[in-house]
Amino acid sequence: MMEDNSPKVISDKIPFYRDIRFLKVFFQILFIIGIILLAVFLYSNMLNGLSKQGTELDLTFLNSEAGFELSEGIDFDPSETFLKAFWVGIVNTLKVSILGIFCATVIGFFFGIARLSSNWLIRQIASVYVECFRNIPLVLQIVFWYAIMLVLPGVGESISLFDSIFINVQGVYLPSLEGTAGLIPWVWYLLAGIILAIIVVLGLAAYRYFFQFRELHETDRPSFISNIIFGAKWVAAPIFLAVAIVGWFLTPEVPFELLQPELQRFGFVGGMNFSPEFTALLIGLAVYTSAFIAEVVRSGIQAVVKGQREAARSVGLKESQVLRLVVIPQAIPVIVPPLTSQYLNLAKNSSLAIFIGFPDLFQVGEIMMAQTGQSIPIFAMIMVSYLIMSLTTSAFMNWYNHRITRIGR
Amino acid sequence: MRKFLFRVSVLVLAISLVTPLLADDHGSVLDKVKNRGKLVCGVHGGLPGFGFLGEDGKWSGFDADFGRAIAAAVLGDPSKVEFVPLNAAERFVALQTGEIDVLIRNTTWTLSRDAELSTDFAPPTFYDGQGFMVPKSLNIESITELEGASIGVTAGSTTELNLTDTMRSLGLEFKSISYADIDTLYNSYEAGRVNVVTSDKSQLVARRKDLKNPDDHVILDVTISKEPLGPLTIHGDNKWNDAVSWVVYATFFAEEHNITQENVKTFKTENPEIKRFLGESGEMGKKLGLPKDWAKQVIISVGNYGEIFERNLTPIGLPRGINKPWTQGGLLYSMPFR
Repeated sequence: MMEDNSPKVISDKIPFYRDIRFLKVFFQILFIIGIILLAVFLYSNMLNGLSKQGTELDLTFLNSEAGFELSEGIDFDPSETFLKAFWVGIVNTLKVSILGIFCATVIGFFFGIARLSSNWLIRQIASVYVECFRNIPLVLQIVFWYAIMLVLPGVGESISLFDSIFINVQGVYLPSLEGTAGLIPWVWYLLAGIILAIIVVLGLAAYRYFFQFRELHETDRPSFISNIIFGAKWVAAPIFLAVAIVGWFLTPEVPFELLQPELQRFGFVGGMNFSPEFTALLIGLAVYTSAFIAEVVRSGIQAVVKGQREAARSVGLKESQVLRLVVIPQAIPVIVPPLTSQYLNLAKNSSLAIFIGFPDLFQVGEIMMAQTGQSIPIFAMIMVSYLIMSLTTSAFMNWYNHRITRIGR
Repeated sequence: MRKFLFRVSVLVLAISLVTPLLADDHGSVLDKVKNRGKLVCGVHGGLPGFGFLGEDGKWSGFDADFGRAIAAAVLGDPSKVEFVPLNAAERFVALQTGEIDVLIRNTTWTLSRDAELSTDFAPPTFYDGQGFMVPKSLNIESITELEGASIGVTAGSTTELNLTDTMRSLGLEFKSISYADIDTLYNSYEAGRVNVVTSDKSQLVARRKDLKNPDDHVILDVTISKEPLGPLTIHGDNKWNDAVSWVVYATFFAEEHNITQENVKTFKTENPEIKRFLGESGEMGKKLGLPKDWAKQVIISVGNYGEIFERNLTPIGLPRGINKPWTQGGLLYSMPFR
């Protein structure tokens, strides 16, 4: 028998179980099924556990009367619902997070730039700041700031600045601006001022465009838009200001008045105030996060190639201009992504408020859990709230990052 | 090799999915405690007289002693308890999740907690009421003078709700500041951050002793609520709740009949009920799923109710008040041992 020496014919049809196109889809589907099964298992396990305890998942409790008071935040009455109480907590968390992010960014940029200063002392101070606050646990820092608040003088011996700002153990009290009966007429004057300014600017722009520069050639003639900008700058702003000032005196009553905090039996009443809990939390979050932001900023600046800096100097820019016009704009795209994580951390860390009694989202949630026993739905609500906040923040920061990288490169 | 790894990972996944099902234990907490050989008891961490971790690392207090009494009844050894300090807001979650077997932490018996919190109460061990503590310098005598005050309170407690109810019904404006941690609460009261602190009177008395100048603070004469405090077990575990309840009754019963830590071992009696109590006759222990001499063990380890009270609460200056046996005009009433 003759041996077959011809090469084996390979079928060009690959069996489906070795076809990469099939396998790709197959494993994806398998994975999704696995995830779904796991979710179903966890969910049924939870229901099982709940029924064993004799409770069931029921959200109607959210509409019943809360019955407890919250120390600060938007207006809240104990007769309002648990849902409203939760909302107060969310607003408090947002308030402290947004203010915290703002302060942390300002302080962080300052120390980040200071770490690269040519001045030895400034550089050292900045590194000590960063290393201290970055390496001490945040809980300790917040409790520390709260302890500082509690050694402030008592109500009777308040520190007073200009007889209108008072600082004591119950917080910082500032006069607040309150609208009076004169406010609404004044707003009408402002609106009138705006309308007048728009009419004048449009008229002026039309005059300049159609008459004053008529002789000039199309390409040399300032565009209509630039005429509007010219008018807005030199004519509209003064007109608006003049109307606003005249209106201020024409209204029957001065539109605003300062409401001074007044000392009563238990403390100051009226005006604006920052509670010690809020202040301690804000300082703690801002200082802690700013140390991280300082490092982010420093690394971002150092990521800009040296040549850029040298080139900027060689065309005669001052040191501050080098930083402002050349280095920072190129550092920003490097800084933004890690900065986003710091912002997210700050918002989540605000849940440490529970240690000092600031009624943030997490503390209100804990109180609700204790008062209703509905731990699981409330935990879920807390998680979803933080998730939404974080996702919104990072979506915004991604959008911003996208925009600046597009402009910058 | 790859196939092998694949199989191993499938196996691991399968095991991890099934194990929680197998571990799911449908028995009573009573059996769980017996098998474990240890009771896990949730207590207050910072309340002298009730639940307090001393500098020597030993737990002391009225509530802690009831935890020991339960361990003595179930396991025959009062030292087989692990105490878990909990704050007001955490306590029910810890009980619901089975992290602790019993919660003895100044917890007030209310309808909502009984009905919707998936917890069951054992008889109250201490009948308390909510009061207010203020600095003497404010010269306050009645609650109506508290208009506009900042009032400190424990977050997630009934006192928080009673405070709001009372102030609302009197039409008084106030500000309440809730602290999760009791030490922070009293620190901020002492610093003047809050003008007033409100809580169970027993707690106010206990914590006033720890303030820098206890004499500068007064507890107002008013009581705004009923606070029956007692142990809690998980809802629906009747066997375990029965055991805990009867340990409490045993301490009442012993005081009613003058059975003390000292004389219990040699107590001679012809009274059939006391004989049943001491395990000398009848099947009381068996009915509860406890050893025959469970009640005797309770008294040997912590004494009767009066002795527990005198050891823990008399030193901090709490009068017995209504926490006396019914035979002396109090509210403590043991159900019959029959």
